[in-house]
Amino acid sequence: MTPHLTARNAFIAALVLALFLVPVYAVWIGNNFVLSLFTRIVILAIAATSLNLIMGYGGMVSFGHAAYLGTGGYAVGILAFEGVTSGFVQWPLALVVSGAIAFVIGILSLRTRGVYFIMITLAFAQMIYYVAVSLNRYGADDGLTIYRRSQFGGLINLSNKTVFYYLCLVILMGSIYLVWRIVNSRFGMVIQGSRSNDRRMRAIGFPTFRYRLACFVIAGMICGLAGVLLANHTDFISPAMMHWTRSGDLIVMVVLGGMGSLFGPTIGAVALLVLEEALPYVISVAGRVVTGHDVATAKEYWQLILGPMLLLVVLFARGGIDGLLASLRRG
Amino acid sequence: MAETLLHIEGVSKRFGGVTASENVSLVVPAGELHAIIGPNGAGKTTLIGQLTGEITPDAGHIRFADADITALPTYQRSTLGLARSFQITSLFLDMSVLDNVALAVQAHDGHSFRFWRPARKQESLRAPARAALARSGLASRADVPVADLSHGEHRQLEIAMALATRPRMLLLDEPMAGMGPEESARLVALLRELKKEYTILLIEHDMEAVFALADRISVLVYGRVIATGKPDEIRVNPEVRRAYLGEKDVVARHV
Ligand SMILES: Nc1ncnc2c1ncn2[C@@H]1O[C@H](COP(=O)(O)OP(=O)(O)O)[C@@H](O)[C@H]1O
Ligand SMILES: [Mg+2]
Repeated sequence: MTPHLTARNAFIAALVLALFLVPVYAVWIGNNFVLSLFTRIVILAIAATSLNLIMGYGGMVSFGHAAYLGTGGYAVGILAFEGVTSGFVQWPLALVVSGAIAFVIGILSLRTRGVYFIMITLAFAQMIYYVAVSLNRYGADDGLTIYRRSQFGGLINLSNKTVFYYLCLVILMGSIYLVWRIVNSRFGMVIQGSRSNDRRMRAIGFPTFRYRLACFVIAGMICGLAGVLLANHTDFISPAMMHWTRSGDLIVMVVLGGMGSLFGPTIGAVALLVLEEALPYVISVAGRVVTGHDVATAKEYWQLILGPMLLLVVLFARGGIDGLLASLRRG
Repeated sequence: MAETLLHIEGVSKRFGGVTASENVSLVVPAGELHAIIGPNGAGKTTLIGQLTGEITPDAGHIRFADADITALPTYQRSTLGLARSFQITSLFLDMSVLDNVALAVQAHDGHSFRFWRPARKQESLRAPARAALARSGLASRADVPVADLSHGEHRQLEIAMALATRPRMLLLDEPMAGMGPEESARLVALLRELKKEYTILLIEHDMEAVFALADRISVLVYGRVIATGKPDEIRVNPEVRRAYLGEKDVVARHV
């Protein structure tokens, strides 16, 4: 697997480099908003990377993946509220609970395929969402403020925004590396074989269900970790973390960036969230140029532009942005 | 006489109003090449499906190598040594030819909860896969994506994958379907070789191939076995001629 110099690899290298330089840029322009935005982007890229493992490589289109973001976040928030702020307790517990929930959802949903699987995962995520809404002790609908970020006994200070950003970025790179190892391992071959032709997999002797379930659990745990980071980033948890539209956003990131491509979800997360920030601004500027005066409401329509853009990618670039890059000839 | 490897006892299967298997009983001794012939819709594929566990019989038992496998899931039957090829090609179209066969090898090389080492670099998977490809005449096509193979090559790959699971018995569902005469002839030669090593249940419409290869033949009509016997017996069986071979006189042409 020697990396070749292709347009695609150059783009990915540049993207990773840019991500590592975000804090430098933030200091340079003296604006913390960029750092905060990119922390969120990196965290959601981790979640999208985990979704890509089951969806892109395993063919399991989960429409409830944000449930694990919520689970990881609530594990941190609830423990902090109850006075347990040690990250050494919070983080492993969050991963175990996320994995356990993925295990239960997986057992009950992985016997189904296609639209049924999408609907069942959505239904479970909605159930978990309403459980969170009903937690009166932990803020119910309104959510819960986290007053202390996870403590690692002086090892690392998550309240330092630059340190926290780099921690998220390292975890993103680690997740991508992990997914890369997994999909090329024997386990990964089974997962991809099962996406391609589950019937044949069983005929040649694979009990595919248990492998798909294990994959589903791994993805749930990685996404749970993203939830842990998200709660620490916003210092806040609320059911909105796992609203079904968030699950939809994750799917969009994966499809936009490139299903079954290692860096696709990261590309998709950056593209989607940067567009989300930039489009309203671009629209308001364009509105002023065209009409000669401020059209304040125009920027509300940014989704009218994003929608067709997504449609174009899905229709004309099956492999997402990464697929487009890969189809550019070498050099 | 050799030990019995496959024993089908009174298997029945109904799909709504259609009787696909009606009290089918069949004994295949180890080492035999047993052919099943019968018109389209006779229930041949359904019978194979019940042997591999994809279809659950309404009644009856299936014994393989002295174990009752009637209730076993498909993958366990594969582990016991039953391998099938599909009438309608069923492959991993988005992978390379070698990857397809390597997966079949991997299925029989311990569990696959191995998350770290790259599978494509493991000679313990690649070498047996290459051997199975060489055996079925696809050695030069190892690195081609399966989607780019010709129909005949797909049929060959079906067999390579069955072989790669190191089976005791091959269940081949119309392996020659859609092949040209040259490809068919090559496949007959291959089956003649495989016959020396494996017990084979062969479903085939190509009568020339069937009568050339089979030790015994069973004739299936409307889900019922109307006759079982050596090729010479089947050829002259009046009921078979009436029910199946009669008018076209397919058999007579190959006497
Ligand atoms: N899954 C199924 N559901 C309903 N009917 C089926 C199914 N599979 C097969 N059949 C019917 O059972 C009969 C036997 O089919 P099949 O085993 O495919 O025959 P053959 O392989 O001998 O051509 C046919 O009438 C077919 O339509
Ligand atoms: Mg058939």
